[in-house]
Amino acid sequence: MNILVFVKQVPDTETRIQLKDGAVDTTNVKWVANPYDEFAIEEALRIRERLGQGKVTVVSLGPDRVKEAIKYALSLGADEGVHLKGDGVALWDPLAVATVLAAAARKLGFDLVFTGKQGVDNDWSQTGIILAEFLDLPHVSVVVGLELDPPAKRGVAKREVEGGAETVEFELPAVITAQKGLNEPRYASLKGIMAVKKKVIPEWTLADLGVDPASVGEGAAAIRFVDFSLPPPRPAGRILEGEPKETARELVRILHEEAKVI
Amino acid sequence: MPMFAVLAELKDGAARKITLEMLAEARRLAALSGSGSVGLIALGPMAPEEAERLAHQGADRIYHVEGEALAGYAAEAHAEGAKAALERAKPDTLFMGATSQGKDLAPRVAARLRVGLASDCTEFTLQNGDLVARRPIYAGKAFGRVAWNAARPRIATIRPNTFTPLEPDSSRKAQVEKVPIGPVKARARVAGFERSEGEMLDLTEANIIVSGGRAMQGPENFELLRKLCKVLGATLGASRAAVDAGWIDHSHQVGQTGKVVNPTVYFAVGISGAIQHLAGMSSSRTIVAINKDKDAPIFKIASYGIVGDLYQVVPLLTEEFERALKE
Ligand SMILES: Cc1cc2nc3c(=O)[nH]c(=O)nc-3n(C[C@H](O)[C@H](O)[C@H](O)COP(=O)(O)OP(=O)(O)OC[C@H]3O[C@@H](n4cnc5c(N)ncnc54)[C@H](O)[C@@H]3O)c2cc1C
Ligand SMILES: Nc1ncnc2c1ncn2[C@@H]1O[C@H](COP(=O)(O)O)[C@@H](O)[C@H]1O
Repeated sequence: MNILVFVKQVPDTETRIQLKDGAVDTTNVKWVANPYDEFAIEEALRIRERLGQGKVTVVSLGPDRVKEAIKYALSLGADEGVHLKGDGVALWDPLAVATVLAAAARKLGFDLVFTGKQGVDNDWSQTGIILAEFLDLPHVSVVVGLELDPPAKRGVAKREVEGGAETVEFELPAVITAQKGLNEPRYASLKGIMAVKKKVIPEWTLADLGVDPASVGEGAAAIRFVDFSLPPPRPAGRILEGEPKETARELVRILHEEAKVI
Repeated sequence: MPMFAVLAELKDGAARKITLEMLAEARRLAALSGSGSVGLIALGPMAPEEAERLAHQGADRIYHVEGEALAGYAAEAHAEGAKAALERAKPDTLFMGATSQGKDLAPRVAARLRVGLASDCTEFTLQNGDLVARRPIYAGKAFGRVAWNAARPRIATIRPNTFTPLEPDSSRKAQVEKVPIGPVKARARVAGFERSEGEMLDLTEANIIVSGGRAMQGPENFELLRKLCKVLGATLGASRAAVDAGWIDHSHQVGQTGKVVNPTVYFAVGISGAIQHLAGMSSSRTIVAINKDKDAPIFKIASYGIVGDLYQVVPLLTEEFERALKE
């Protein structure tokens, strides 16, 4: 089974977001693999291990730094990584990104495709599903459980929804977008980290992929950010100290009678 | 005459609250744009009285798409249904719910039509017919305003609980147009639903949330919080520390890699206030922190707080609320 995992590199969730020159300041950002993509990588590795055969290829689109995210996935046990050069791609636009990812998927071939449910930067939650549409595949999003029957080319996924979980029956190949709960991602082993050093990560340009730059460039972007802002600081709160009985009574009085929110 | 269309979210044939919220915002924008109208697209079986109710809630025209393919939810079939209705209605803007189903369907529709989609929007402005949407990014650590290119419709998903439904106006009428669709090959289809614990509202829809953190020490102590939830009609949340410890299911996790919530009141009980947790809840109207460490970062964003031991404070709060709410 040939499994593709698309990994986005995002600012570490510890990052305090600041603005500079009207955009999100990324100068001192520590870049990591998107947390949801870790569940995607883990699931792909487990499927390969369970079947005792197959290949996991990790693909990331962006500037040179995204190689680090690919290397991280390789250190966990992915077989191969491909870096799609982001030059000239409107990287904020999920339609543009998915166009490039789809071209890479066609070039690589696949039996199953994974993405994360959401990039924790722009929080679009779009790319995996658009990718499915472009590749003419079914998809299941926000997946927390997955069972595959490769000989029958079928699978059953559990997805998280309001108030419970849905079961979705699907045909393979498909795109699965991974949600926390799908599995418990492993840590990189020393052996895995050493193995990365020997791996060559090919770089593919739009020309290598046969993608017309005009179709994914800034001029073609369907959406754009006009500006950014930070949430206003919250006013200082009223913090009660003292006897539990008194503070509890006072808090209830404030919330119920004064603020009238409960 | 620009049309603002809403894709209804139906549950067992009835429109969910998010549909009414979207109708209210569509109505506001239609009025703002001068001569705009409000369209409503319904996919699949809908109860007979729903069309009338949705007219009362703001719809001018209803496009009801029917076909065998829409019997249960399947993204490929629903995308085809949405496309058929959009070809008929030709709206400038399409709103969908930023719900499990809306988020699953909207990118399919956007990709099929190759039009822009702004996800999880919380505010819209209209300038010379140009729509600009405000949306949280980095789980609410910042906001970005998004604009579309010339392709139509512009699609946006709207975060639940953001807009208030209109008071129903029983004098309003809507024209209902049936849009039939043929069979669609859907290679992924919902086959079942498993309800999770209790009768609590979903975190993203809750008005009051009570969340517990590492200080809960084990699954049994969450009972304390469940009791408080019951008195307040609140929904139970958790920090990642509590989820990762296995004390509570991850569907309760609030934060950057959990649910992003904006209730009227958020109780953080024994939660320190790590940046990833704050990201998911700091837009709550009122934040109440209960923590024994007066230097815990959660107090920096709390509207109210008690410095104390939760095992003493929470039962007392539950008692006091019970009394206050009875009066
Ligand atoms: C990639 C990534 C993503 C993450 N995403 C999330 C996320 O989505 N959501 C999330 O919550 N976290 C997330 N985290 C984890 C986050 O960094 C913190 O580790 C976590 O939020 C801490 O949880 P906590 O506040 O419950 O625990 P702690 O930080 O251990 O805080 C426990 C608090 O309880 C107080 N306390 C202890 N005993 C009592 C008592 N008896 N009475 C009252 N107070 C008491 C202590 O003073 C302390 O402040 C993420 C981390 C990473 C690396
Ligand atoms: N530049 C990218 N390179 C590789 N994968 C990506 C990229 N952007 C998005 N993805 C994938 O799409 C998922 C959803 O991203 P988003 O639509 O941005 O929220 C991510 O979790 C990744 O799996």
